[in-house]
Amino acid sequence: MGASAIAQGLFRETPEPTLIGGRNRDTGRIVFPCPDDAARWEPIDLPRRGTLWSWTVQRFRPKSPPYIGPEDFTPFAIGYVELPGATIVETQIVGADFDSLTIGMAMKLVTTDFATAANGDAIRLYAFTPATEA
Amino acid sequence: MQDVYIVGIGIHPFGRSEGLSGLQQGANAARAAMADAGLAWPDMEFGFGGSDSAGNADTIVNELGLTGLPFINVKNGCATGGSALIGSWQAIASGAHDVGIAIGFDKHPRGAFNAMPAEYSLPDWYGEAGFMVTTQFFAMKLQRYMALHGISPTSLGRVAEKAFRNAVHADHAWRRSPVDLDTILNAPMISDPLTKYMFCSPAEGGVALVLASAKKARELGRDQVRIKAAVIRTRPPGSFEVFAPSMDIERGGAPTLLASKAAYEMAGIGPEDIDLAQLQDTESGAEIMHMAENGFCADGDQEEWLANGWTNIDGRLPVNTDGGCLACGEPIGASGLRQVYENALQLRGLGGGRQVPGDPRTAYSHVYGAPGISGVTILER
Repeated sequence: MGASAIAQGLFRETPEPTLIGGRNRDTGRIVFPCPDDAARWEPIDLPRRGTLWSWTVQRFRPKSPPYIGPEDFTPFAIGYVELPGATIVETQIVGADFDSLTIGMAMKLVTTDFATAANGDAIRLYAFTPATEA
Repeated sequence: MQDVYIVGIGIHPFGRSEGLSGLQQGANAARAAMADAGLAWPDMEFGFGGSDSAGNADTIVNELGLTGLPFINVKNGCATGGSALIGSWQAIASGAHDVGIAIGFDKHPRGAFNAMPAEYSLPDWYGEAGFMVTTQFFAMKLQRYMALHGISPTSLGRVAEKAFRNAVHADHAWRRSPVDLDTILNAPMISDPLTKYMFCSPAEGGVALVLASAKKARELGRDQVRIKAAVIRTRPPGSFEVFAPSMDIERGGAPTLLASKAAYEMAGIGPEDIDLAQLQDTESGAEIMHMAENGFCADGDQEEWLANGWTNIDGRLPVNTDGGCLACGEPIGASGLRQVYENALQLRGLGGGRQVPGDPRTAYSHVYGAPGISGVTILER
């Protein structure tokens, strides 16, 4: 079984997971994901570490469509992570007890295989997890 | 600009009306509003109306009569009703018309609102990953607000407790049984920090308001409730809105701040002059945040306000006197007009068991919704 990214152009996996944002060529404003408009937006690597800006827990299964996660639902945390000097991105949060989530805590980028495609391949999404080491 | 009066108000009860379309509920509300004004459909010189999920409002002429009146459809998300009111207000304030009607109605399926990414110019992966859920946004905006301003979960519970308590006396409300604070706080969590009693539910209902010029209002003996301000604003840079894959580090204002400021300016009064308010309470934290965004208190003071019951019916600023969206449910196209209906009713002294004491003279209403739009009206008697 393989794994494939949920969408092209969102993130790279090597050498380390990296989100690809967009920088406005006129204003310098940074957004995620990079808009599909190369004349106005230049793709840039976003910082891989940041701090938790806010969070919640998705306690019920989102409706399908559009959600493609498993039918056998388990609640997952989501949040916004502030990437210094860049932007604040919305993300799933993995590898954390819900009770441990605190605004301002250090976070780092990882990937998560959160869903399975019809052909059995995993569907890979970016996520953040608490960063324990410095 | 000439003064504009609300001369008739009508509502079709919120909640579930099996066997009735959203449009039929809107037509019921229109009939009630016209009867209240002592008028009939052929008297209406124009109409503005809309729904989010229940079809084109102008087809209401099939229900109410083919009089040939100009009827303009409004589709403006959570501000649909407010926009219909503004259109109607302008049509009369400008002197173009003497009397017309604003109608809002809706009928949503059960369960959470289900938005698709493409409707919001977002890529498919955003919905596939589970981010296309409005409750997440409200929870995350609130979670940060609570951390920054020291708001407790108990305060969230107090807002919901008040909503259900007020709705006992509102015959158009959906959830009309009191729920005690412990039950609210200990109910299953929907999206932390909000339990199931702290969120409103998609619903059905219809509201209509008949508006008239001063001359017409006097003829009808209905020159009591005047529209002092009616504004809508979209979001400024740096506001935090639903369905945002990213946002700027430099945080900015909010559409409600803009709408509120513009409304006070238009009315020539300030928050200290308001006697009661209906504030968008998609969830109980929204009411708390909107108390500050609309200028009624400073960020963080809501703890004291709620502990002291200052937003109760008999408090210094009664808020959501009919139970708001928490108790009435959320038919998107109708909610904004429900607030104005409730305010007009209160200013006429017809609130019954939920009547605000002390002969209120000014009433404020505020809607907020996706994708960052806010509407405020101020009524005066």
